[in-house]
Amino acid sequence: MKFSESWLRQFVNPDLSSEALAELLTMAGLEVEERGPVAPPFNNVVVGHVLTVTKHPDADRLNVCEVDAGEGTPRQIVCGASNVAPGLKVPCALPGAVLPGDFKIKEAKVRGVPSAGMLCAAVELGMAKESDGLMILPADAQPGTSLRELLGLDDICLELKLTPNRPDCLGMLGLAREVSALTGAMVTVPAIDSIKATHETTVPVSINAPDLCGRFTGRVIKGVNAQAQTPAWMKQCLERSGLRSISALVDISNYVMLELNRPNHVFDLGAVQGPLTVRWANDEEKLTLLGGAEISLDQRYGVIADEVGAISLAGIMGGERTACTETTKDVFIEAAYWHPAAIQGRSRWLTLNTDAGHRFERGVDFADTVTGVERITQLILEICGGAAGPVVDQITQLPSRPSVKVRFARIRKVLGIDPADAEITKIFNGLGFQPKPAEGGLEIVPPSWRHDLAIEEDLIEEVARVIGYDNIPAKPPVGPMNMLGQTEKSRPMDALRGTLVERGYQEVINLAFTPEAWESDFAANATPVELANPIASHLSVMRSSLIGGLINTLANNQRRRQPRLRLFESGRVFERQNATVAGQVDGYRQTLRVGGLAWGGAAPEQWAIPTRPADFYDVKADVEALSPAQPLRFEAAVHPAFHPGRSARVLCSDLAIGWIGELHPRWVQKYELESAPVLFELEIDGLTPANVPVYEPVSAFQAVVRDLAVLVDAKMPAQTLIDLLWSKAPDVLRSVNLFDQYQGKGVPEGSKSLAFRFTLQDTQSTLEDQKVEAVMTHLLGQLTQAGATLRT
Amino acid sequence: MSSLDSEIRSEALLAELAEALAAVKDIDALEVTKARYLGKTGVVTEALKGLVSLPVEERKEAGSRINKIKVQVDAAINARRDALKEEQLAARLAEEALDVTLPGRGNERGGLHPVTRSLQRIEGLFASMGFSVAEGPEIETDYFNFTALNTPDDHPARSMHDTFYLKDSQGNVQSDVLLRTHTSPIQARYMQAHVATYGGKEGMPEIRIIAPGRVYRVDSDATHSPMFHQVEGLWVGEHVTFAGLKGVMIDFLHQFFETDALEVRFRPSFFPFTEPSAEIDVAFGEGPLKGRWLEVAGCGMVHPNVLTEAGIDPERYVGFAFGMGPDRLTMLRYGINDLRLFFEGDVRFLNQFAA
Repeated sequence: MKFSESWLRQFVNPDLSSEALAELLTMAGLEVEERGPVAPPFNNVVVGHVLTVTKHPDADRLNVCEVDAGEGTPRQIVCGASNVAPGLKVPCALPGAVLPGDFKIKEAKVRGVPSAGMLCAAVELGMAKESDGLMILPADAQPGTSLRELLGLDDICLELKLTPNRPDCLGMLGLAREVSALTGAMVTVPAIDSIKATHETTVPVSINAPDLCGRFTGRVIKGVNAQAQTPAWMKQCLERSGLRSISALVDISNYVMLELNRPNHVFDLGAVQGPLTVRWANDEEKLTLLGGAEISLDQRYGVIADEVGAISLAGIMGGERTACTETTKDVFIEAAYWHPAAIQGRSRWLTLNTDAGHRFERGVDFADTVTGVERITQLILEICGGAAGPVVDQITQLPSRPSVKVRFARIRKVLGIDPADAEITKIFNGLGFQPKPAEGGLEIVPPSWRHDLAIEEDLIEEVARVIGYDNIPAKPPVGPMNMLGQTEKSRPMDALRGTLVERGYQEVINLAFTPEAWESDFAANATPVELANPIASHLSVMRSSLIGGLINTLANNQRRRQPRLRLFESGRVFERQNATVAGQVDGYRQTLRVGGLAWGGAAPEQWAIPTRPADFYDVKADVEALSPAQPLRFEAAVHPAFHPGRSARVLCSDLAIGWIGELHPRWVQKYELESAPVLFELEIDGLTPANVPVYEPVSAFQAVVRDLAVLVDAKMPAQTLIDLLWSKAPDVLRSVNLFDQYQGKGVPEGSKSLAFRFTLQDTQSTLEDQKVEAVMTHLLGQLTQAGATLRT
Repeated sequence: MSSLDSEIRSEALLAELAEALAAVKDIDALEVTKARYLGKTGVVTEALKGLVSLPVEERKEAGSRINKIKVQVDAAINARRDALKEEQLAARLAEEALDVTLPGRGNERGGLHPVTRSLQRIEGLFASMGFSVAEGPEIETDYFNFTALNTPDDHPARSMHDTFYLKDSQGNVQSDVLLRTHTSPIQARYMQAHVATYGGKEGMPEIRIIAPGRVYRVDSDATHSPMFHQVEGLWVGEHVTFAGLKGVMIDFLHQFFETDALEVRFRPSFFPFTEPSAEIDVAFGEGPLKGRWLEVAGCGMVHPNVLTEAGIDPERYVGFAFGMGPDRLTMLRYGINDLRLFFEGDVRFLNQFAA
């Protein structure tokens, strides 16, 4: 909502500076988003009347003009504008003037010819971004009049960011009511008399859809001059509200919409065929809108139709066929109350954004249709002439206005302050709500212009607003004091983050939208969750894996010459699922995951550490560190993103919780990476369970340490051997440590040597050598089940 | 042999020894010197052996004298041995000295994302006032995102949110499922679950939660990202007031920015799920943004329709709710001027928040 301050002050003029008025509006919930002068500061610019124009003797493109600047004797001014011509009234900057950009005007010689001033274009006065030639002023402007005075330039433009609950402030009258309620200043409404009919012509209107149209007011005006000029004051108001002047009839219609917040339409009666019907549209009914766009309607849309078809999209936009033109003679003025529910959404479905639609879907005053028509009539007769017919006002179904009760005690309870009953009553009176006393409070029938007052809380807000939120003190909150629980049975996500950060990983947050290619490359997902309205084609689906984002971040940082990266991200991934799961949105699985990536040196390049690239086992240790309480298992398995021989499924308590692997060489090439990173991706729910430790007595007896080296098939997973060792483990076996793997000289081709270190300890007695030997024989026996032989 | 004579002789011996010891540079040489005096044929040993040839009456006196010399010789040699050992140790230590200024060995630390940093602080500050953390899905139903929050279909307030919708597996646009446009649906979900546990009428414990999370809107420029963060807060109880809401939010903002010089103002606004509603602006007392009002949160008293929808008696319980943008708070806190930096993964940017 854009308007000029001087227009508002015509309606209500509180004793407040411009700044204070803007602050008042903002703090009442009518946020002033933009505020600035209509023209930048300049002085000594007056109306100049160009008397004569003669060619400059020494310059083709310059003219020497005699200009009457209201001083008796004309001034001689050299001018370069192509549109300069005798008889024009143009802005004339006198010597001593300072124009925007600190441009000082002096008497000077231009190519040898004296020039006492400058004729100005709008751009030179900072009133336009670009302009073509001199700014042309109204022909009746008096030479010598200050331009600022003539054009009312000492005015401020305000733009409000209005919330959807306050459509009543989409016009000067509504704003004035609000300012009056807040300041006590009186509202001055322009005198709107009912104009007597001078002929009997009416347009029959039948309202077939009372759920669409609650009220319809119309009037015929015959014999208007559609070519009349819009008065400058009206143009100025419209322009400062961001509307272009089109023609007197259209301008009047818009002016009343902005002035009284009364959207309306003026039809060319000559183009209307027969009586009008207000109804829901038929399926595939066509309507060509103002401006020429044809739309296809259905029964969700309301229309005004004549005998030929729809002539207007109800509450949103008029049709082209019945639009006023220069040749319009007779007009039909319409001011209606369209039910918000009948208008809401329609503009969006049609991607039409109109001032009328914006107002009607939020709710306009249903009591002012007649006033609106009278005001339009008044202005048309004044500007375009013509003869008014009778006003025909039909009411079918207006919004019911049940009274709302508001209790003084409830106001105090909700707000936490103690305004007196009388103060509250005064606030409602100031708002024009006409409160009636009721037990313990007041009863209010919401005024016809307010559509946001249905319950007690709505009225409580009005009290808070008028008192001023700033005048409500901040108080310490009151409530029972309870400690928050803190379980040891799960690790918070922040603990996982902390572990990764300590191990060198930098957290990133990637968009949850990804290109489809990432889904197929890194997750082999042919049915990703697809957006209906993506912001860009490369952000068209929801990720089902964090890997794509990590790879992309790696690639971007490689391009920025980062030598080494450790990245992690935690976030949700999205997959389709058929099962219905309680508490989840049907059809979708949305799992929280943590993913990480390591690329480059195992450690930062450093004098004390030999340089080597990070590999699977470095990252495996990082993954293991994420689950200190529950040991993780890793089993070789194939994943679309990873090198098939360097990829493992991660399990925790027999539950698959994620993956670790080196990026597949195919993707290294496709995504232009310098070398393969190692990645992991784990479900956070699988990592967070934790144990409350249970104490076990420390054995008082010496532990025995024994080593065993075996030869085994080179392809045998170490985990198989470790599982065998533990599967029938004697009580005294405390730990198994695989401390060496060796292939090469001394070991037969196709075999590898694995060396284990065992710690044996009894809690009851010192281990006898005999017992130790028996245990070691048993352990070796377990290993031989996997084909292992003792290495000698 | 007069005693004076022997005094002079013993002094000469000790002086000679001192000279010899001073010349000794290592333990081996010291042992050779020691043998010369105290070895089997050493000077002192020989003198002791010579006692036998003395007359008995002189033997005692001479023996005591020679023994005295022997003790002195022994002591001088031991002292020299200790000194040599000290020298040796000092030499070893000097040799073993490190360049303590070389960098320490090991990995470097990573860092949290600056927004995570803020979220952790926000969670911590609200936890100190008894707020626990709640979560909810990011693909959300229209019901929880809008309807349960008093925003029926085609309510103009829906146009305040440019909503991402999804296609079903057949490729048809789903009208009832969307990417949540705010974290407020967590309010509705939490209240419904709370009521399911405790009942909404009698003896229901208070609700005090914050709900951080990612939200989505069709918008992208320097100040808007199609995915961003919000933190929702909700307090429902029997003594909740608008003045208390102001108290909590002002306290939080002062703590978050660690300055009481921060001005905070509450401005009437509109959200379908709160009434009265307010927008919260802050203005810094110093720094590049000094004196400018900056919007940081929306809040208000929970709309009775929202409480009723969740099964809570709005006559008995009053609630307040707030929603703020941790991305914006992070930008203000650390002086970041472009929201997009948060989601671009440039480690040169992210590293700055590692410490």
